[in-house]
Amino acid sequence: MADSAAVASRKPLIDRRVTKALRVPLILAGIAILLVLLVQGGVIARGNLVYNVLVDPFVLMVEAPDLLLQTLWEGLVAGVLYALIALGFVLIYKASGVFNFAQGIMVVFAALTLVGLHEKGVPAFLALGLAIGVMFLLAVAVERVVLRPLVNQPDIILFMATFGLTYFLVGLGESIFGGNPKVMITDQLFLPRGATDLEVFGGRVTIQHLDVAAAVIATIMIAVLAVFFQYTRIGRALRAVADSHKAALSVGISLNQIWVVVWFAAGVVALVTGIMWGARSDVSFALEIIAFKALPVLILGGFTSIPGAIIGGLIIGIGEKLGEFYWGPLLGGGIETWFAYVIALIFLLFRPQGLFGEKIIERV
Amino acid sequence: MLYREAGQYKSSYTADMAVFPLREDRIGLGIILLIAFLVIPLVSTPFFIGSVMLPFLVFSLAAVGLNILTGYTGLLSLGTAGFMGVGAYACYKLTTLFPGVNIIVWIFVSGFFSAAVGAIFGLPSLRIKGFYLAVATLAAQFFLQWCFIRIPWLYNYNVSGAIEVPTRTLFGVPITGPTSSVETRYLVALTIVVVLTWFASNLVHGRVGRMWMAVRDMDIAAELMGLNLLRTKLLAFAVSSFYAGVAGALLVFLWLGGAEAGDVFNIRQSFLILFMVIIGGLGSLIGSFMGAAFISALPTILKFGLPAIGIPIAGATAEHLNLMVIGGLIIFFLIVEPHGLARLWQIAKQKLRVWPFPY
Amino acid sequence: MRAPDHPILAKGDVLLAVENVSLGFGGVKALSDVSFDIRKGEIRAIIGPNGAGKTSMLNCINGFYHPTDGRIMFQGKTRLKMRPSEAARGGIARTFQNVALFKGMSTLDNIMAGRSLKMKTGFFWQLFRHGPAMREEVENRKVVEGIIDFLEIQHIRKVPVGKLPYGLQKRVELGRALAMEPQLLLLDEPMAGMNLEEKEDMSRFILDVNQQFGTTIALIEHDMGVVMDLSDRVVVLEYGRKIADGKPEEVKRDQRVIDAYLGVAH
Repeated sequence: MADSAAVASRKPLIDRRVTKALRVPLILAGIAILLVLLVQGGVIARGNLVYNVLVDPFVLMVEAPDLLLQTLWEGLVAGVLYALIALGFVLIYKASGVFNFAQGIMVVFAALTLVGLHEKGVPAFLALGLAIGVMFLLAVAVERVVLRPLVNQPDIILFMATFGLTYFLVGLGESIFGGNPKVMITDQLFLPRGATDLEVFGGRVTIQHLDVAAAVIATIMIAVLAVFFQYTRIGRALRAVADSHKAALSVGISLNQIWVVVWFAAGVVALVTGIMWGARSDVSFALEIIAFKALPVLILGGFTSIPGAIIGGLIIGIGEKLGEFYWGPLLGGGIETWFAYVIALIFLLFRPQGLFGEKIIERV
Repeated sequence: MLYREAGQYKSSYTADMAVFPLREDRIGLGIILLIAFLVIPLVSTPFFIGSVMLPFLVFSLAAVGLNILTGYTGLLSLGTAGFMGVGAYACYKLTTLFPGVNIIVWIFVSGFFSAAVGAIFGLPSLRIKGFYLAVATLAAQFFLQWCFIRIPWLYNYNVSGAIEVPTRTLFGVPITGPTSSVETRYLVALTIVVVLTWFASNLVHGRVGRMWMAVRDMDIAAELMGLNLLRTKLLAFAVSSFYAGVAGALLVFLWLGGAEAGDVFNIRQSFLILFMVIIGGLGSLIGSFMGAAFISALPTILKFGLPAIGIPIAGATAEHLNLMVIGGLIIFFLIVEPHGLARLWQIAKQKLRVWPFPY
Repeated sequence: MRAPDHPILAKGDVLLAVENVSLGFGGVKALSDVSFDIRKGEIRAIIGPNGAGKTSMLNCINGFYHPTDGRIMFQGKTRLKMRPSEAARGGIARTFQNVALFKGMSTLDNIMAGRSLKMKTGFFWQLFRHGPAMREEVENRKVVEGIIDFLEIQHIRKVPVGKLPYGLQKRVELGRALAMEPQLLLLDEPMAGMNLEEKEDMSRFILDVNQQFGTTIALIEHDMGVVMDLSDRVVVLEYGRKIADGKPEEVKRDQRVIDAYLGVAH
C-alpha cells in the first residue's frame, strides 16, 4: 500500500521524517519520566499492578546486575543459535524463493544421522563426514522430487510443499532412528564441557564453555557464508537466481545445480545447528519446535538478509530471555512459547517488511 | 448416459444460480444424506462410528472453517486448532456455569466466542499480508495453547488439567458424557455439521463469498470497487473461527468426552487441518469433506487395512508410515493437482457426463 | 426520498477538477502542479509519452495515491486524501493497465462483484440464501445480464476469466466497472494490446457508454487515432507537467505536444 506521504500544503518547520522518527523515543521517554515521578511521589509502589509491570523489572535489573548479565548472556547465546537456524531459511529463500519450512526437521534429521551413525560404531569425525554426505543426498533428492516439478507454481504452493516434506522427514526419521531422545556426541567432537564463573558486580555470572564454543562456531559459519555469497562465483550466481530465475537461466546459470548447492549449504547449516542445540539439550523430535522460533527472527530480519538473520536472532534471543525472566513470573511462567512472536508482531505492525526486508510496493 | 444435463433447462435466474443445478447432483446429495442419517447408524459398528465417522465430522467442520479463511479469502492461517480450543473451553465453562441451558445452545454460543477471538487475531491482517499473516496466526496458536494450560479457571481447576465432559441431555436422551451412546452423539454431530455446512454453502455462493474471493484474488481491485478490506477480512476470520470453535466443542463434547489441550489443540492439529484443506481443494466445500475424510481415514486404513491384505505392520510403524504418506501425498497433490481432490472429482464428473463416449 | 449529498450536475458542469496537484515518491516527482477539469458527460483523454505521470494521475483521482500537494474536487466536494473505497462509493470506477480481474472467478461473478456496493442484504439473510438475499441476487443479475448483452460477452459468462484471451478480459473489466453505475469512469489504456477489430469494438462500447448512460469518461490512451476520434477534450502530460489542454484538433497542432512525442532535445 502506498505510504501515506505528508499531505501538508506548506513546508513544515521540522522535516516530517525527523519528527516521525523521534515519535517513538519521545513517547517512551515521556512514559519513563511519568513513572519516575509517580514512584517518587509514592503514588505507585510494590504490589501495584502498574508498578509490577512497568517499574519493578527494571528495578530488579539494576539491583542485581549479575543476574541481568547472566540473562543477557543466555539471550545472546540463544540468539546466535536462532540466527543459525534463520540462516538456513535465508539461504534457501535467497536462492529459490522458497520458504523451507522443513529446515527445522532437517536440523533434527542431520543431528540424528550423526548420532545414529556413531551409535552404530562409526568414529566421530567419520560420522560427521558421512552426515554431511547424507545432507548432500537429501539436497539432491529434494531438488529433483520437489523443486523441479513445482518450478513455476506460486510461492505459497512451494511453501506448502515444504510442509509435506517436513511430515515426510519426520515419519522417515522416526522409523529409521526411533523416537527416543539421544545424547549428542559432544566429547567425541572435541566440544568443550564445563563452565567458568566470573565474579562481576559483586555477584556471579556462570558461562558455559559450550555456549562460548557455540557462539564462536556460529559466528565463523555466518562469516564464511557471507563471504561466500559476496565474493565467489557461485555466490554471485546464487544472488542472481534469487533475483530472477528467468534472467539467471538466460545467462546460462544452471538452476538445478544452484538449488542443490543451496539446499546442501542449508543442510550443513542444519547439521551444525543440530550439533549445537543437541549438545545443550537432547537430540529428539522436540527440536523441531525450534524451527518455529526461527520465524519471528525471519520476520524481524527479513527473509533475504544474512545480517538481518543475525540481528533478528539476537533481538529475539535477548528479548525473549529478558521477557521470560523479568516479566514471565507475572504471567505464571512459560511465556517463551509465544513471547518471541509478540515481539515480531509488534515490529510487523510498524514495519510490515521487517527491519531489513525490502519495502513491499504494490503496483497496479 | 447416467449423468446428463441435456433437457434440464433453466428458465429463471434463480434456477440458474442453484448450488446443484443438475438433477443428478441433487439426487446424489440426497442419497449421501440418507446413508449418513439412516444407513450408517443402523449398520455400522460403534467402533466405526466413534473412531471414523465422528472424527470425520469434527474435522470436516473445522476444514470448512479453514477453507473459508484460506481457500476463499486467501488468508493462510496456522491457528485453527487454537480457535477450536477456544470453542471447546467456552462450551465447557458455559455448561458448567449454567447447566440448565441445553448443551446444543452452548455449542453454538461457544462458536461466537471463538469468532470474537478469531476476529481479534485477524486485526493485524490490515497491515500484514500473506506469509507474515500466517506467522501472526501462529502466534495466536501458541498463545491460546498457553492459555489453555496456564489458566486453570478454564478447566475448572480439575486435577487432571483437562476438560471432563459432564452428562447433558436433549429431549431426555443423554447426548454427552459417559452415559450417551455413540449413535446419538453421531446423529447430533451430523445434524449440526449438515446445518452449518448449508449456511457455509449459502454464504459462499452469494454476495459474501464473492467479496471474499475478490479479496483473495486481487485485494487492491476489490478495494477500488468499494469493498471495505478490513471488514471483509475480519468477517472471514470471524466466520472461520466460528466453525472452528463449534468443531472444537463437538470434538470434546461429542467425540472424545474429555480432552487435554496439549494433545488435541496443538500445532500439529492446526497443520493437519491445513493439509485436509490443501489435499481436499482450496476454495471448495466438497473438498473440505474429501480432505477430512482422507486424512482421518488414513491412519485407520494403514493400521487395519494393510494387515487385512496381508502386510503385517506394527502400531508404531503405522504411525510413521502415516506421516510419511501424508507428507508424500501433499507434495504429490501440489505437483499433480494443486486444486486437490475436489478438482479430481470435478474432472471425474466431466468424464461421467460424456460416458460412455470418451469426450 | 433523501436529498442527494452531492449537487445534481447538468451536462457540461465541472464534475472533477484537479487543482495544482503534485505527487512525489521520495526523490521522484511523478506529477508537478497539474491542473485541469473534467466536465460532466464528456470524454476526456489524458495523453503523453511514457513516464509522463498519466497513470499516477488516475491513481490520485481514485484515491490510490495521495497527492503531496494540491486538491481534487469531485462533485462539489474538495478533498486532499481519499481512500479508494470512498472513491468507489462516490461514483468513480476504473479499469487498469494490467487487467486487474479476479482470476479465480467467472466473468459473471466478476461483474456481479462490481455490484457489491449496490447489494445491501445483510449477513443474516445471506446465511439462508433463499428469501431476501436471493431476490436481491436476481435483481442484480438482471442488471449484470444487461451489461453482458451490451458488451456482447454472453458466450463467456461462466468461463473463469483467467482462461480468456486478453482482449476479452479487458472487455470483462469494462463490464465490471460499468456494473458500479459510476458517475466517472477512468479507463487506463483500454485498447492496449488489441488488434484493429478489437479496438473498433472497444471504441464503440466506450462511445455507447458515454452516449447511452451519460457516463463521464477519462481515458489514458496511446493510439492517437482513437484519441482524436473519441475524445471531446484532451490533456497532455510530459514528465509530470501539463503541456497542453483543449480540443483534440488544437492539441494535435500544439508545437509543445509535437516536440514531446518526437523527442526534441531540450
